[in-house]
Amino acid sequence: MKAGSNLERVLEAGHFAVTAECGPPRGADGDKVLKKAELVKGNVDACNVTDNQTSVVRMSSVAGCMLVKQTGTEPLLQMVVRDRNRIALQSDLLGAAALGVRNLLCLSGDHQKFGDDPQAKNVFDIDSIQLIHLVKTMRDEGVFPSGDKLEGAPKFYIGCAINPFADPFEIRVPRFKLKIEAGADFVQTQCIYNMDKFKRFMEEAKKEGLHERTKILAGVTPLKSAGMGKFMNRMVAGIEIPEEFIKRIADEPKEKQAAKGIEMCIEQIQEIKEMEGIAGVHVMAIEWEEKLNEIVGGAGLLPRPMVEQ
Amino acid sequence: MITGTPKPIEEILEMLEPYDNIIVAGCFGCVTVCRVGGDKEVQVLSSTLRLAREAAGRKIEIKEVCLERQCDPEYLEPMRPYIEDYQAVLSIACGAGIQFMAEKFTKSPLLPGINTGFLGVTERQGEWTERCQGCGDCVLHLTGGICPVTRCAKSIFHGPCGGSVQGTCEVDKEVKCGWQLIIDRLVTLDQMDNYGKLKPYKGWDSSRDGGPRRIIREDMV
Amino acid sequence: MLLKAFENGADGVMVIGCLEGDCHYVNGNIRARARVERVYNILEQINIGPERIRMYNLSAGEGAKFAAFTSEFVTRVEELGPSPINLARSNGPKESEQEVQAT
Repeated sequence: MKAGSNLERVLEAGHFAVTAECGPPRGADGDKVLKKAELVKGNVDACNVTDNQTSVVRMSSVAGCMLVKQTGTEPLLQMVVRDRNRIALQSDLLGAAALGVRNLLCLSGDHQKFGDDPQAKNVFDIDSIQLIHLVKTMRDEGVFPSGDKLEGAPKFYIGCAINPFADPFEIRVPRFKLKIEAGADFVQTQCIYNMDKFKRFMEEAKKEGLHERTKILAGVTPLKSAGMGKFMNRMVAGIEIPEEFIKRIADEPKEKQAAKGIEMCIEQIQEIKEMEGIAGVHVMAIEWEEKLNEIVGGAGLLPRPMVEQ
Repeated sequence: MITGTPKPIEEILEMLEPYDNIIVAGCFGCVTVCRVGGDKEVQVLSSTLRLAREAAGRKIEIKEVCLERQCDPEYLEPMRPYIEDYQAVLSIACGAGIQFMAEKFTKSPLLPGINTGFLGVTERQGEWTERCQGCGDCVLHLTGGICPVTRCAKSIFHGPCGGSVQGTCEVDKEVKCGWQLIIDRLVTLDQMDNYGKLKPYKGWDSSRDGGPRRIIREDMV
Repeated sequence: MLLKAFENGADGVMVIGCLEGDCHYVNGNIRARARVERVYNILEQINIGPERIRMYNLSAGEGAKFAAFTSEFVTRVEELGPSPINLARSNGPKESEQEVQAT
């Protein structure tokens, strides 16, 4: 065991894992996190807490993780390299580990121009792949990157994100491989709608044996309406929703579209469960956490397994 | 070359509030090439300032000069005999030149007439783009001659990030994704093995992050 | 040069160039127009009145048109009154307008 987190134990035991996401609030009200965490509880093996997503300032991810942990769900710390230099990154990792966080997702982070403070300084001291390497060094060698010994190595199950739908397609598997070389134990993908393209990506990844070297969790996001699908297609870089997918929802009357979106999300998860090389699913029901139970249950993934230490 | 953009005329007029008698100083170096601080720009700016001030009922006397460079002491010295006859100098050279002039002539207030930009190249007349951040530790041989520090908005060393869309950067559709460019070039040069290697963490101490920098060439001093 | 005309007391400056596509020097008239536009923007920024500069295109044989353009421009400048520079100097305008011919 690298870190002994619940997520790691579930995956190592061969179960199909489930993770979900909680976005912290735009303020200091911890109750908002607790409420979301209650909706997630029992439906996942670990819950991601985002880190100033889209550069929009929110309560810190470490704080969010502590609140999630309080409700009895295992947190998964998302950490971007946009805002912190390597000193702060190391320090925050040690702090999070001390507070009992055992899962980490290493990310670049959306550019600050998208958020509240486009005039902020651009940090990016090290990139997300170097962050993976840094955490692995601290965890497995018990030393700082500078070489000094750590007074207690942080134990993290290290993850990264991949986006099979970003350009250029040809570099996505080589870059995935780099992340594994750097030390990624698991991967969460960007949300998938174009199953054909995702299957092509997986074919390439499997050729390199990447599905055996790391645990791949496929990302899904249920659509609330056809309008949401069209919006995401136009406005969000790296998301690709095929026309036919949106059409199936658009064909429903407005009041039935949300239900259709859930139904299609469940279908997707069931298809993903059958794919070789996929170890789990990451359900990003953003601001729709109340549907998580229905989705995970509908896909036959409840109850979540309890794996002993 | 070092590039720059003219400061808005209102801002310059505000800087000139206390003065009636100034020098406008240009430079025949980089700022001439990017058409912001050369001889012609000195003349146009001086005319503009005279017109604006006179229309507001308060003349301004301007001595127009354009120096070979403002970053070498030899080219600044010729100003010494007359510079103190003027109340201030409005320089449209780059920030280095403006500061050097301020250092050499400590009794003369130095005003910047341009906003110095970046180290860049001429794409076409009227369009300049950034190429170099002066990080002090050049890795262009590993990235097909394209700089990941400067041309990637996130200075990633293992790119591109998930925001690269059809060869453009998530920051601006008009900006090319630096890593798309690097990959295309590595493919052309048949150097894609370079891509698959993990790069060491960048040492930012050789850039300005390590403190204001200095070069000493032992063989020359 | 265009700005200097205003410094020297012009209330208006009329720039005349060949018909576009018909320039003896290939695109000298296009470049002249770009320069006139830059001066227009400068005059606007410093509140001198950008309408005081204007470019007209015609061919050497269009005498009547030239006369018409000139009358139109003179009228317009008279409506605008003396340039703020001349007002500030208040010695009365030396010449009420100057013409600058381009190719």
